[in-house]
Amino acid sequence: MSENLKIIEIEVLRYHPESDREPHLEVYKVPFTDDMSVLQGAQYIKDNFDGSLTFRWSCRMAICGSCGMMINGIPKLSCETFLRDYHPNRIRIEALAHFPIEKDLVVDLSGFIEKLESIQPYIIPKEPRSLEQGEYLQSPQQFNDYIQFTSCINCTLCYAACPQFGLNPDFIGPAAIALLHRYNMDSRDGAAEERMELVASEEGVFNCSAVGYCSVVCPKHVDPANAVNINKTNAAKDYFLRFLSPKGGSK
Amino acid sequence: MSKRRPYVRSMDGWWKKNPYFIEYMIHESTALFVAAYAFILLVGLVRLGQGEAAWSGWLDALKSPLSLTCHVVFLVAILYHTYTWFKIMPITMPPIIVGGKRVGPEVITGSGLLAALVASLVLLGLVWRLAL
Ligand code: SF4
Ligand code: FES
Repeated sequence: MSENLKIIEIEVLRYHPESDREPHLEVYKVPFTDDMSVLQGAQYIKDNFDGSLTFRWSCRMAICGSCGMMINGIPKLSCETFLRDYHPNRIRIEALAHFPIEKDLVVDLSGFIEKLESIQPYIIPKEPRSLEQGEYLQSPQQFNDYIQFTSCINCTLCYAACPQFGLNPDFIGPAAIALLHRYNMDSRDGAAEERMELVASEEGVFNCSAVGYCSVVCPKHVDPANAVNINKTNAAKDYFLRFLSPKGGSK
Repeated sequence: MSKRRPYVRSMDGWWKKNPYFIEYMIHESTALFVAAYAFILLVGLVRLGQGEAAWSGWLDALKSPLSLTCHVVFLVAILYHTYTWFKIMPITMPPIIVGGKRVGPEVITGSGLLAALVASLVLLGLVWRLAL
């Protein structure tokens, strides 16, 4: 080991479903260099101390969204968070908050996947369109209306930042609503009314009490809190429109 | 048989776990002071309807040291509430486009605070003139 190699203590929340009744903390002393991410710290532990340590990762460049964890209590992508920024203090890594822990740092995302499906995350055209009509044209303005909400990488950091999701796991939550908003705002889409039922439902936007932390932790500046809150206004409008016109908003 | 046994962590004391949540809770609880102050004004209105003696009694009660202390506390709480309220305002609004560009969150928060300041000053000015 070279002399300028520093050592950082990494405290990991471990949980093994077959042998542990509940999670517990374990500390590892990890030698690191300045270019090492927290993810690499976890990989070092797995390679050198305990091969059973379980965590998700793939791209290690903040693109795939799989390496999210609580780092000193804050939801972050571990591949773009650096050990040097915590040294000489101890660093604690835990599975993303508010999700059930499957094993160690891996959480159960099945609920999230179901929510993504439920918002109909695809363009549902206003009316059928024939090939002869050619491609859709979209102005830069129409493009700007939704582009920000396409940047989501499904890292679910926003869910780990949302106490309302923690208190009510049925809440559709920030990222899924941001994606719903992305399709609603797309000039090619015509299904906003269909999606309204979900927006205004028990699981919908009114679970949000505007804590706003989801938008703070989002690594891709999606601003999911904005999508959620705009849809509160939309749902309220839809509700009152139903009194005004016989056809009204959605059903 | 599945060996899965997903562990659900407790949400007890969630708001103490992050400074951001603590600020959120303070923000939410200062709304109670706003409500309390509105209630005091409402009582004043009721007392006014009950005649001169009731109204003067209410005015005297406002001048008591306890009431003055309360007012200072209310003022601080309401100022904090105003500040944090406008701070989260940008995330609650649809984008505002001016000259082809989206208006930044600082501008929205700043304008909100400015509007609150101007409204307070105008109100203060009016009341001042009435009192003279
Ligand atoms: S909205 Fe942001 S924080 Fe939430 S899943 Fe998408 S990229 Fe991650
Ligand atoms: S490993 Fe892909 S986002 Fe971190």
